[in-house]
Amino acid sequence: MALSFSIIAIGVLALIFGLVLGYASIRFKVESDPLVDQIDEILPQTQCGQCGHPGCRPYAEGIANGEDINKCPPGGEATIKKLADLMGVEPKPLDDAHGEEDVKKVAFIREDECIGCTKCIQACPVDAILGAAKQMHTVITDECTGCDLCVDPCPVDCIDMVPLTQTTASWKWDFSDSPRGDIPVKMVS
Amino acid sequence: MVPSYEDIIERLNSHKLWDFPGGVHPDDKKTLSNTSGIQRVALPDLFTLPLRQHVGMEGGCIVDVGDRVKKGQPLTQSTNPYAVPVHAPSSGEVVAIAPHVIAHPSGLTEMCISIRPDGEDSWTELAPMADYRAYEKSELIEAICNAGISGLGGAGFPTHIKTSSSKPVEFLIINGIECEPYITADDRLMREYAWQIRQGIDILTHLVGPKAIVIAVEDNKPEAIEALRLACQDKTDYRIVPVETKYPAGGEKQLIQIITGREVPRNGLPADIGILMFNVGTAYAIADAIISGKPLIERVVTLTGEAAGQPCNVWARLGTPVGHLLDHAEYQPEKQRAPRVIMGGPMMGFALADLNIPIVKITNCLLVPGKRELADDDVERPCIRCSECADACPASLLPQQLFWHAKAKEHDKVQEYNLFDCIECGACAYVCPSEIPLVHYYRQAKSAIRLERDERNKAEKARLRFEARKARLEQEKREREERHRKAKEARMAASENKGSTGSKDKVAAALARAKAKKQSQQSAGTASQPPEDKKAQVAAAVARAKAKKATRQSDTSLPSEPDAAPSEGSDDKQEKVAAAIARAKAKKAQRDSPEQQDVTSPLSDESPQADEDDKKQRVAAAVARAKAKKQAREASLEESADSSDERADNQSSTSDKDARIAAAVARAKAKKAQRDMPRQSNEHSARDEAAKQENTAEDEKRQRIAAAVAKAKAKKAARNTDSENE
Repeated sequence: MALSFSIIAIGVLALIFGLVLGYASIRFKVESDPLVDQIDEILPQTQCGQCGHPGCRPYAEGIANGEDINKCPPGGEATIKKLADLMGVEPKPLDDAHGEEDVKKVAFIREDECIGCTKCIQACPVDAILGAAKQMHTVITDECTGCDLCVDPCPVDCIDMVPLTQTTASWKWDFSDSPRGDIPVKMVS
Repeated sequence: MVPSYEDIIERLNSHKLWDFPGGVHPDDKKTLSNTSGIQRVALPDLFTLPLRQHVGMEGGCIVDVGDRVKKGQPLTQSTNPYAVPVHAPSSGEVVAIAPHVIAHPSGLTEMCISIRPDGEDSWTELAPMADYRAYEKSELIEAICNAGISGLGGAGFPTHIKTSSSKPVEFLIINGIECEPYITADDRLMREYAWQIRQGIDILTHLVGPKAIVIAVEDNKPEAIEALRLACQDKTDYRIVPVETKYPAGGEKQLIQIITGREVPRNGLPADIGILMFNVGTAYAIADAIISGKPLIERVVTLTGEAAGQPCNVWARLGTPVGHLLDHAEYQPEKQRAPRVIMGGPMMGFALADLNIPIVKITNCLLVPGKRELADDDVERPCIRCSECADACPASLLPQQLFWHAKAKEHDKVQEYNLFDCIECGACAYVCPSEIPLVHYYRQAKSAIRLERDERNKAEKARLRFEARKARLEQEKREREERHRKAKEARMAASENKGSTGSKDKVAAALARAKAKKQSQQSAGTASQPPEDKKAQVAAAVARAKAKKATRQSDTSLPSEPDAAPSEGSDDKQEKVAAAIARAKAKKAQRDSPEQQDVTSPLSDESPQADEDDKKQRVAAAVARAKAKKQAREASLEESADSSDERADNQSSTSDKDARIAAAVARAKAKKAQRDMPRQSNEHSARDEAAKQENTAEDEKRQRIAAAVAKAKAKKAARNTDSENE
């Protein structure tokens, strides 16, 4: 009697837990691999393709599947460190085969020379170039990721990659490049 | 645990206040500059006004180089609620709109408007609202915004944003603390312009409707307190509260803590806990803007330090170069180890890179320290973990930990230690025995974290844009494929329909071909009349021969019957057989010949065969003649049609209408000719047909060539007319 009772009790419990788990698996279903999302968040989203993938997310998928983490020149060392942290691997120096870390740049179209071929517009991965056929094109600097992909297609070579100029908003309190230093917050009395 | 309104009022009535943790008591050095009244300064040679003078957005420039501006005329404009305009500090001419080094520790440039004053200093038209109670609150707030007023205490938060807060306000606190050493601008302002400050408080009270009004002044400014008491003596609800001198009591959060015992939440605003705070300078500016209609174009600036010959307070127009004011204070760089001008106080200020940097709305002090006034920069020694800084911190942070992690660039750790609660007051650095510029490290860490966050936001935006583009391209591809599929389907459907219409087309084409053939025969007839005649003659000859044969047959058969009778006796049977055969043959011949005649002309049916054949011949000849005539006529018509085409070609200059008419006429004629032709062909003899058919292949070819040439001509004509029409 006691045996059958305990079997029934355990059976009922198993059923309840099964139902709860089954419901949870539907209700809290995760659509995509969260690891890929996390990696994608770390990558700089320049969509430059220097890693050999067509965009950052494919590279994130590649990393999730065991690819090297040192193929992202725009992200540079900081990104490699973060990826190493996330993936639990040793950080390695940037793979030179994919390019070198450089200062942040944005594309600039010399507008007098632009012939309006729209080739750069088609090349831009983030739609940061504005223009129409036979009309002058221009780069929306705020949206440009500096991926370099528009430079090659230009038939008249009128696109330059210009380093971003420092503004008061992007200044990092680094007095080494400003004429005056911070003041000591110390008074001699 | 948050003190209630009643508790706070009770404590205020009994002159008991709360306190904030930490704080320092530096030598205030205020007597250097607070002994003389606020002075007026001569106009500088050039004003330089940064488009952005406060936190928030900059406005768009609404003047051009070469424009003449009046004193108080707005120079920028924006629809952004966080932007306030900048005004011309004096009348003059806009001489440049260009990047200029600005009052920022980086010494970087920002867009500035340069104005050369004409010396007249004439005001633009002002719109005072002296009877401010008669106006809507929104109008007053708009006027405050349009006067370009942003907080004059330090951060420069746009004042109209604060005043339009929808949250209920319990305490309106007017900040007259001015806790930082050396600075006496607010002190002098309160002493000399207490009445205007009171008017400003009146306007603010009208706008925000607080339950209690507190004017807080540090107890080291007894004259200012007295002046304000005098100005507010008829207003019993204005509490003038002396506050114990301690740095940084003038900080917004610290003063709120002192007066009310409440703490502003980390990511919140004072309005969230029912408090609004304004600087006395802001109150003065509001009074100026509403009562006199004057926008914010000048402020009080303290010029002090041991390197200044005449430390004082001055009314400085915004945009005045720092050097111009220092000249007024008789700045002597030789009294310093190295030329060094600090904007702001010694605790929170920063050294300027250039003496052309202009005064902005938040500039309250220019400090030129003497040789032994402030310590040297580069004497930082290692942290000895003495925890003096933690004791001094007014925000109860752990400065040594922050320093540690900030130096190691461990940005997540510094955030764990609440770096962003740091008000950068400098109390920790002031007490540090190792003279570590702690605040500098915090600022670096803060800006690095901010930039990282910006970059992440930008990356996120780039990702979204990239994905949007990918989605768009895919959709376009899908649409294109869909379109292609549809076009293909349409093509298929069309070709299926063509199965039915196509057969019709084929029939029509065959008819056309047949017609063309006939026409070609006709035209061939015109072209080769002699052979046609020959043919006719041949046909006639054949017909003749046949007729002859037929007559011969009938001749032989007809006499054979009478012959048979006389020879009946000799060989009756044979003769009978022969006669029967002859009869049969004759019958057959007769049967044959009427058939032929039926084809040629049914009329000649009943006539005797010989006559019939003659007639036939004649008829055939007549038909041939008639045909030839008609062909000749048709040929001439065709020629005329051609010539009309040519004429159209030649005269295409006239208009394509003519050409079209000509073409239509030609078409009609051709049609008529075709219509005639079948009639003729009905009349043709079968033999003629047969004879003609030999020539058809050749004729058809010729006809086709002609048609092609005609088509080409027509096209050319059409093109010509088209081009001429164009």
